[in-house]
Amino acid sequence: MSELKVTPMRPRTQTEGASAGAGVAEERDGQGRGEQARDERDRIDPAGLREEHERRQQEQQKHIEGVDRETLLRMLYQMVLIRRFEEKAAEAYTLGKIGGFCHLYIGQEAVAVGALSALRPDDYVLTSYRDHGHALALGMSADEVMAELFGRAGGCSAGKGGSMHLFDTDKHFLGGHGIVGGQIPLATGVAFATKYKGTDQATLCFFGEAAVNQGAFHESLNMAQLWKLPCVYICENNQYGMGTSLKRAMSISDVSQKAVGYGMESEFVDGMDVLAVRAATARAVERARKDSLPSLIEIRTYRFMGHSMSDPGHYRTRAEIEQYQERDPIKVFGDNLREKGVLDDEGLKAVEARVREEVERSVKFADASPEPAPEELFTDIYASPIKPGR
Amino acid sequence: MAVITMREALNQAMREEMRRDEGVFLMGEEVAAYQGAYKVSKGLLEEFGDRRVVDSPITELGFAGLGVGAAMAGLRPIIEFMTFNFSILATDQIVNHAAKMRYMSGGQFKVPIVFRGPNGSAFQVSSQHSQALESWYAHFPGLKVVMPSTPADAKGLLKSAIRDDDPVIFLEQERMYGLKGEVPDGEDFLVPLGQADVKREGKDCTVVARSMTVPLALKAAEELEKQGVSVEVIDPRTIRPLDIETIVNSVKKTNRLVVAEESHAFCGVAAEISAQVMEHAFDYLDAPVKRLSGADAPMPYAKNLERLALPDVERIVKAVREVAYLE
Ligand SMILES: Cc1ncc(C[n+]2csc(CCOP(=O)(O)OP(=O)(O)O)c2C)c(N)n1
Ligand SMILES: [Mg+2]
Repeated sequence: MSELKVTPMRPRTQTEGASAGAGVAEERDGQGRGEQARDERDRIDPAGLREEHERRQQEQQKHIEGVDRETLLRMLYQMVLIRRFEEKAAEAYTLGKIGGFCHLYIGQEAVAVGALSALRPDDYVLTSYRDHGHALALGMSADEVMAELFGRAGGCSAGKGGSMHLFDTDKHFLGGHGIVGGQIPLATGVAFATKYKGTDQATLCFFGEAAVNQGAFHESLNMAQLWKLPCVYICENNQYGMGTSLKRAMSISDVSQKAVGYGMESEFVDGMDVLAVRAATARAVERARKDSLPSLIEIRTYRFMGHSMSDPGHYRTRAEIEQYQERDPIKVFGDNLREKGVLDDEGLKAVEARVREEVERSVKFADASPEPAPEELFTDIYASPIKPGR
Repeated sequence: MAVITMREALNQAMREEMRRDEGVFLMGEEVAAYQGAYKVSKGLLEEFGDRRVVDSPITELGFAGLGVGAAMAGLRPIIEFMTFNFSILATDQIVNHAAKMRYMSGGQFKVPIVFRGPNGSAFQVSSQHSQALESWYAHFPGLKVVMPSTPADAKGLLKSAIRDDDPVIFLEQERMYGLKGEVPDGEDFLVPLGQADVKREGKDCTVVARSMTVPLALKAAEELEKQGVSVEVIDPRTIRPLDIETIVNSVKKTNRLVVAEESHAFCGVAAEISAQVMEHAFDYLDAPVKRLSGADAPMPYAKNLERLALPDVERIVKAVREVAYLE
């Protein structure tokens, strides 16, 4: 299918500006991403990917120089944790320990890890049902997330929500949401509330590219720009909504262009590069904090697994998946960290070993956690239950 | 008679009606290339092409409304909701537009459209993906609401729904797609809307069940038979308009009524049936009508809680024994 050419007409992304929060200012210097991001070459298609690989490696290595070692290692750890956690979850699913829908994030780890690394702990995060990665990257414990997947009382949503509905008030994680696009107005409202209260907190709202076709997305973007709400809309464009490719469902498949009609800043970024995601998010978060303005970031990524555990995946080829896997975000990042001398093979092995331990522990924790007590069926329905009558 | 699954029966109904009437088309998420999220539309794209079997973006309000407009302009759309949970996004088009168009145009327009897809509980998918919405839709004059419980009914009712000139909400059940049953041969096999079916005759107690609770009620009836209690199981099949006469006649015979449903009790279909039975057969009742509904709580994810939230054979048995004063 021929790629629809759209004249780049999106508003310029601001790359200058005062320092970003959460210590991410350092990597913004001298990237020139504002221009680069508009380059047609940044479109991610499998053929272009291979060609682009070298240039992208160089780019990430440049980014590495601007980020402190501790942050780099934490990000790598989180990405590996998400990957191994989900591999374990998939195994538990086939054993029948996890039921219902289970949407894996494998392949997309750089998005949650990169974006959330640009936040302060008091910022807010909302996402869809594909939420394990965001929960773990926010620092929720693997124990409570696995226990939730197992439907146990020790789960982060007390076993009532399951895989799609992870929540954590302490981490300002306002959920995993099951209705495609449902979290977008919610996030807009969270941003409204922070502005109303006069704080400088940012709200990050993640959603898939298929959610962009919902009215909720368009209604939200309009309100956010109209009322200058500090919300960062992050489209995780993995190019498929279940079995439907983006191009079969969207008249203009350049998602970042959707902001144009609302006068909102936007850019797109390589979702296989965790540091590029971090930098783009930092720019948008700064805009939210300093100027109380929303942004749309389209992050081009790919899911390596099926839509959910029950998806046979006949709508795409093995070859396509393998091409994207060549730019596996964890491998890309690991290689570059090694290249830049941040980490050696031993260091990488140590990360894997620590992750393995954490994941094994989470399964033990989840297995040992009791089922919710029967009376829990009727708790948490109301915050202030009313006994009717006098 | 062939033995086929509910899924195949629904597929045949659409296929036959699309062959019969060029104006019938199917639209929804993943209905074409993917062959349906639950494979109900398998093979339809191959036979009818992408003009008549259309994959939509995830944009429920939009394509539901598109269907209503197309129906006003003379087509007969079948709009599939991947599940009825997502029809909630489209309720404005269904309730404010489809249901009222004929009335508020003084009878000038008809809206021959079917909204179909799975409704009710699914397996461990938590609160947003596991709910029964029939009482919502049945609330509104202008809509017809259908809920089959066997492959034969599914086929015959869906064909009737497609031929019907009004908007029909056709509620399937994901847990029942694999259910097998005999379906009469022939393209002319129809089940009329608005007729209840006595699924099992009995004399001691009437159980009104629909969709997923019908097979449960039939199992409960077998169980109760061993205990010496004869149960009549009635499936209204169409919720609106409701064939209350068949239910009332049964209650006049058995003098006892249990209504089993997956949905919440409050303002629900069982409440409506209870009220109407009271209006029409109060003097015949030997015990208060008993409702056995889904728990008055959102659906939990945890397996043990989910089990508690739904009616099952055991609880239907218990409910019948209660109205028969055996407990
Ligand atoms: C309103 C609504 N319609 C349909 C669905 C069923 N559904 C769940 S996920 C999905 C695909 C969404 O794709 P995308 O937004 O790209 O996110 P991804 O799954 O790729 O992360 C669909 C159709 C739903 N959950 N909600
Ligand atoms: Mg997607």
